[in-house]
Amino acid sequence: MVTNSVKLSDVKKSFNGHEVIKGVSLEVQKGEMVVFVGPSGCGKSTLLRLIAGLDTPTSGQIDIAGKDVTYAHPSKRGVAMVFQSYALYPHMTVADNIAFALKIQGLPKAEIDAKVRDVAEVLQLTHLLKRRPKALSGGQRQRVAIGRAIVREPDVFLFDEPLSNLDASLRGQMRVEIARLHTKLNATSVYVTHDQVEAMTLADKIVVLNAGRIEQIGAPMELYRKPANLFVAGFIGSPRMNILSTKVRSVSGEAVTLDTPQGVLAIPRTGAQAATGAATSLGIRPENLHVVAAGEEGHLSGYVILIERLGGETFAYVTLKGFDGEPIILKLDGEAPVHNHQEVRLTIDLNRAHLFDEAGLAVGVSPDFASETDGSGHVQ
Amino acid sequence: MVTATIDTGWRKHLPVLNAFLRYGILILVGFVMIYPLLWMIGGAFKNNAEIFSSIGFIPKEPTTDGFVNGWKTSTEYTFATYLLNTMKIVIPKVIVTVISSVVVAYGFARFAIPGRKWLFALLMATVLLPKSVLLIPQYLMFREFGWLDTYLPLYAPQAFATEGFFVFMIIQFMRTLPLDMEEAAVMDGCNSFQVLTLIVCPVILPAIISVALFQFMWSMNDFLQPLIYLSSVEKYPVALALKMSIDVTEATSWNEILAMSTIAIAPSLILFFAAQKYFVEGLTSGAVKG
Repeated sequence: MVTNSVKLSDVKKSFNGHEVIKGVSLEVQKGEMVVFVGPSGCGKSTLLRLIAGLDTPTSGQIDIAGKDVTYAHPSKRGVAMVFQSYALYPHMTVADNIAFALKIQGLPKAEIDAKVRDVAEVLQLTHLLKRRPKALSGGQRQRVAIGRAIVREPDVFLFDEPLSNLDASLRGQMRVEIARLHTKLNATSVYVTHDQVEAMTLADKIVVLNAGRIEQIGAPMELYRKPANLFVAGFIGSPRMNILSTKVRSVSGEAVTLDTPQGVLAIPRTGAQAATGAATSLGIRPENLHVVAAGEEGHLSGYVILIERLGGETFAYVTLKGFDGEPIILKLDGEAPVHNHQEVRLTIDLNRAHLFDEAGLAVGVSPDFASETDGSGHVQ
Repeated sequence: MVTATIDTGWRKHLPVLNAFLRYGILILVGFVMIYPLLWMIGGAFKNNAEIFSSIGFIPKEPTTDGFVNGWKTSTEYTFATYLLNTMKIVIPKVIVTVISSVVVAYGFARFAIPGRKWLFALLMATVLLPKSVLLIPQYLMFREFGWLDTYLPLYAPQAFATEGFFVFMIIQFMRTLPLDMEEAAVMDGCNSFQVLTLIVCPVILPAIISVALFQFMWSMNDFLQPLIYLSSVEKYPVALALKMSIDVTEATSWNEILAMSTIAIAPSLILFFAAQKYFVEGLTSGAVKG
């Protein structure tokens, strides 16, 4: 019994001698929703097209449901794809759009009709079956595109940024709908997005891609808690993690002590290895910084230069005394009593802080998360 | 007129004057353009003497003699034979032109054929080549094939997408189509041929109709090719038959010729107006639609 639905083995892809995918190995388990995230041009869409069979890899192997499909025709792989632009057939009705693949397969008409009706019901499209795509709203078109994929009962669903053409409120709604559908069908899905909210909420497993390589694979919260390197640390989480340049003063079994322009900071770490004097990046998420009341001591101090109030929360931009580089961002309560040009003292949730060495790789683990099993989070 | 002052005096009439002038000129030029057509239709209902004695297009003593005698023609065949002959040339020609142009355009637009750029440049070069340059070599070739005095030389070349202009037109139209749609069809199990026939063709229907219409009208009017390849009168199309009735008698019955010309352009006109919606869309939408 094969438990993995999709398996990529050292897949590489070049366009005109320019390598876009630089050796990707990956396994997607049956029933899992795997999300590819990464900045524009990181190769996530190309990787999806390789799985779909719309492109063929330069080298490496792709298995789907235990069969080598590296060079198989897209329709012979048991995959169905939902395109970013929906890619509906404009000259066909909704019913014909959904039925098209089955007609090509040559199924009997009665069977096709029954399947189309079932799918339409699941996606609440029944009243729209006679309409053409141009008479549908964005959300409805998206549902037709999903319906077209579902009706084929594929082994694997592929989603290529399916929500990026929708407006914000509809996007949230469709995200919930896709999650609901995934639970209901329990189908293996590979989902490409650049939106980390989609990635965090939908994924069983996130694959962070950068410049054609996998930076880290793991469950959403695992990537958030234990980013393997600076890239993942900066990419997951919004606003992004603050990175401060420091130097290692000493390392013990429980903590790494850092020299900063504002004095010495002891960061609790287990399993940390670093040379004294080595340059280190201290990563602190905006939500792990707090303003202390006047008169109390904090870890850091600086001046507020800009405040963004979003209602429920407030982002404060603070220039730290003595530090070079960009101001850091604090995520505070919506009613936080801060104002521009104010001098603030800050405390850090030291147990939630992150450390990265000169090469950008994580140093040790916070004792809060050290007990967790390592799972599939690994660096390539 | 870039002035900040309020329009006073004659200036406030400028927009009206402007409209009068513009539409006046347009109507005048339009009338000059359409006058020969009106004159032809009017002339068809005149008697032979009146055609040369009056410039107006409304006949003084309308008569259908021109149609009755013209239909009989001065040959042993009626005009219906010639109309039918024309259709025997035009209809296969339109069909093979559309099929071959669409297939070749799809190849150029969607497949990475080695040397595609050069082949396309070559195709475009044939558009610029005057047709008359080809007459003699083509005649010699078709003579070797034994195709003289048949309709084959008139439409067989078109089965090989020799009409570069049409190929170009369809390519431009295809380039505006989203690739996703065709990839979705591939994922749904279509081969390239099915993508073309089931997805691409229905979507580019306006362009296909434009090509069919152009080819229909141009072939209806074609005089030179039938003149060269057809020798027996029973195979003559309308264009040759009309010319023949000018030659055979000394006193040419111009009203008959005008009457038959009117009938000869009727199919083109009817088809044009019936398909006008697609035709106009086909000419413009390739350029405008995103």
